[in-house]
Amino acid sequence: MDREKVRKVLECLLFVTNRPVGLLELSEIIGETQEDVQSVAEDLESDLSARGSALQLSRVAEGFQLASRDGFGYWVKKLFKDQTTFRLSQSALETLSIIAYKQPITRAEIEEIRGVEVIGVLETLSERKLVKIAGRKESVGRPLLYATTPEFLRQFQLWKISDLPSLEDLAKEAERKRSEGEPVAAEPPGGSDAGPPAPAEGEPRA
Amino acid sequence: MKPYSVNLELFEGPLDLLLYLIKREDMDIRDIPISQITGEYLAAIHLMKELNLEMAGEFLVMASTLLQIKARTLLPKEAEREEDEGPDPRAELVARLLEYQKYKEAAALLARREFDSREVYYRNVLPLFAQEDMTLEATLFDLLDAFRGVLDQAGEEVKELIYEEIPLEQKIREILDLLEGQNCVHFNAIFTARMARRELVVTFLALLELIRLKQVIAAQTDLFGEIRIYRVLAAAESRPDGGDAETPGEGPRGRSVESDG
Repeated sequence: MDREKVRKVLECLLFVTNRPVGLLELSEIIGETQEDVQSVAEDLESDLSARGSALQLSRVAEGFQLASRDGFGYWVKKLFKDQTTFRLSQSALETLSIIAYKQPITRAEIEEIRGVEVIGVLETLSERKLVKIAGRKESVGRPLLYATTPEFLRQFQLWKISDLPSLEDLAKEAERKRSEGEPVAAEPPGGSDAGPPAPAEGEPRA
Repeated sequence: MKPYSVNLELFEGPLDLLLYLIKREDMDIRDIPISQITGEYLAAIHLMKELNLEMAGEFLVMASTLLQIKARTLLPKEAEREEDEGPDPRAELVARLLEYQKYKEAAALLARREFDSREVYYRNVLPLFAQEDMTLEATLFDLLDAFRGVLDQAGEEVKELIYEEIPLEQKIREILDLLEGQNCVHFNAIFTARMARRELVVTFLALLELIRLKQVIAAQTDLFGEIRIYRVLAAAESRPDGGDAETPGEGPRGRSVESDG
């Protein structure tokens, strides 16, 4: 296949898929080497940006997928009106981060760290496909083990789980900010360093 | 008397309360003034009990741990040494707090990432109901602190002559009515001066219930700042069963909050 054709096939696949597709799988479908697919993917990426597309090539969960660029939330939310989901609660985020860093982990072990029950929160996280059951621990009662999913990687824009900074680095960073008198830990998403988020970016006034 | 039951499972636990107090009092985790923190902790627990909040047993376990640590510090050095068989509960508590705090940092990181990619949409993924203008969501303990302020102002002289059962549902409706046509109200605005203590309590419980049901959000402009109550629009009305009780076309929907600037 000539390179142009490969680019089109790739663009089509990444448009149609509803999950990130890995290089190996793409190379098997297209019948080109992984190196070639990788290089064409990079072409596609710059191509999309050069033609000013609202789509971008997203690299998440060890795969590729087309996603929208920033700045269209106003209209997308109108399209989905009553179907938007909630942002995760603080307790859900904490439970999720414990699972992300200590997986596979049992419910009792999570509760040991959080000092509070997490049954309801685990249900929410499972419903949203951010965590899954990853077997049973070979200990008394053979409790269920929980782990994060590719959907977790996608939602938090991660290539793989080890891309998360280490807890030690996070703690050091927080310590540094604290000593500089900056707000830490409870800092709001996109908070102080990002400046006030433009609330109505691209939003028509009338 | 059957207590009003507000389930706290979705709120915070005893470690959150301790970290909250440590931050509020600007203490050093590694060197907590144990007597002070025990006092603050018990005061918070006391208020939660007074409100008849369904408190997880863990809160009481933590209270006894604190009292145990405090008792130890009062012992003379030698007695302490003799008793020094098991692990030091104070060191254990500090280790737990430090460990938990690490995951709080990690949760903050995830929240930032979630926020940063909130407008990157994928096929078959529903958009997030983002609270762009929301600065900080108030924790249960922020709310309790604010409510304590309300109670203090009300004072004790309000005599309740008539014992009247106030349904939680009625207070829930009143709060929602108050929010009708507004983006937000100040926390104190949901209480009025003529409310008796009991009515204040029910109003507060109604607020907690609304937060739990995600009908409203309590947010602060900054850490320990003043609390405002925001009505959650649009997304809150959607039910999994597809039932939509909303009357259509009433005012702008879809955006939960406007910046106050």
